[in-house]
Amino acid sequence: MKNEYYNSEDLKKFTNITDWNKELGDKFFNYYESVFAEGKLSSREKSLIALAVSHVVHCPYCIHAYTQDGLEKGIEKEEMMEAVHVGAAIKSGAVLVHGVQMMNRYNKLSM
Amino acid sequence: MYPKKSKTMDVSKQLEILKNGVFSNGKLPLFKDKLKEVNIPDIKKGQLKILQLNIGYMCNQTCSHCHVDAGPSRKEMMSMEVLSMCLELMIKNRIETVDITGGAPEMHPNFRWFVQNIRAKTKVDEIIVRSNLTIILANKKFFDLPEFFSDNRIHIISSLPFYNKEKTDNQRGKGVFDKSISALKKLNKVGYGKANSNLKLDLVYNPSGAFLPPDQSLLEIKFKEKLYTDFKIEFNNLFTITNLPISRFLDYLIASDNYEEYMETLVSRFNPNATKELMCKNTISVSWEGYIYDCDFNQMLDLKINSKTNTVYNCKIEGLVDKKVEVSQHCYGCTAGAGSSCQGTIA
Repeated sequence: MKNEYYNSEDLKKFTNITDWNKELGDKFFNYYESVFAEGKLSSREKSLIALAVSHVVHCPYCIHAYTQDGLEKGIEKEEMMEAVHVGAAIKSGAVLVHGVQMMNRYNKLSM
Repeated sequence: MYPKKSKTMDVSKQLEILKNGVFSNGKLPLFKDKLKEVNIPDIKKGQLKILQLNIGYMCNQTCSHCHVDAGPSRKEMMSMEVLSMCLELMIKNRIETVDITGGAPEMHPNFRWFVQNIRAKTKVDEIIVRSNLTIILANKKFFDLPEFFSDNRIHIISSLPFYNKEKTDNQRGKGVFDKSISALKKLNKVGYGKANSNLKLDLVYNPSGAFLPPDQSLLEIKFKEKLYTDFKIEFNNLFTITNLPISRFLDYLIASDNYEEYMETLVSRFNPNATKELMCKNTISVSWEGYIYDCDFNQMLDLKINSKTNTVYNCKIEGLVDKKVEVSQHCYGCTAGAGSSCQGTIA
């Protein structure tokens, strides 16, 4: 059976989501375009943030798109990897900070 | 690094690839059909401003993206007869800029004679030499090139794919970055690239892979900052140039299984505004044999200019105005994103 999950060709069809709900689809893409425009943050900084978040949310389409976007913005591979580590640090920190809850609960129940 | 002995596919095979596959199975439109789709008329030549001369394919480098397939083993070079005919063209016609390229044009035995004669006998305003930088350090006979350039008021345009060693050496060969930095320092020393000097030194960035170049003005800021901080090097402008899918870069795209995706990127980023300032409109490109083409890329694909008088022996410059430019799918490279030309972005 043909693999129906995470097909790289599907990324090119992303804008097709407007076919089944034009109003919401258009709103999303307009919003998306505005978010990534030059602002207080440069489009270069936003690209690195997007790359880090792409890894944290485990989105292969986003990793594909924002690795290429980074190359097209002159971002170096060392900068990309640092961004991925920022994402990884936050993700692992988010796991570990729950350890405090575990410790609180442990201490409350223990003599 | 590209192998010393060239294995680049021949021109007819390149044109076949650019015409078939994704462009014949309905997946992507032909360039001429894309123009029609967005109501852009055929690309036509305007008034000639730039005479680009490829005076030979010999080069001391063998860069992996080179669209000329240049290298130390290439023997093709413009004869004295063709050089003299080019001078005649410049004397008889109003030409603002002469853009001398190769190969490494400085390796041509009559390079200096040619430049001095352009200055002495013609009214050309600007002479550009596309120098690969490392030639300045290649042999003692080239050591005085910075002074020669300066004496003849040459505008230098040089490739430096990135401001670090790894990317530059990967694309242009081991040791090229360090030599390029030394050469740039020598050019700065005679006044090139300095803010208060009229000796212009521009750099060219082209992507080190199957992706489009960054924003030209933002990258220029970064290049200036890095080259000055790390090496105290100054230059005037940075030109970002898109890699066109021909010659060695086409080989690379196919060998790395990036060809279809790269062409999809170029087509999906087609920018109608970039068609307004295409360099093929104001440039002609002359081959070492004296044939005339709309641009250097067409020259490499042997797509001669659309005229019966297509050599330096019989060319009538005024007669070229309004002639249709020869196009194929490689032209998507000049119209993607911010567009691309030998003078950088165009849209």
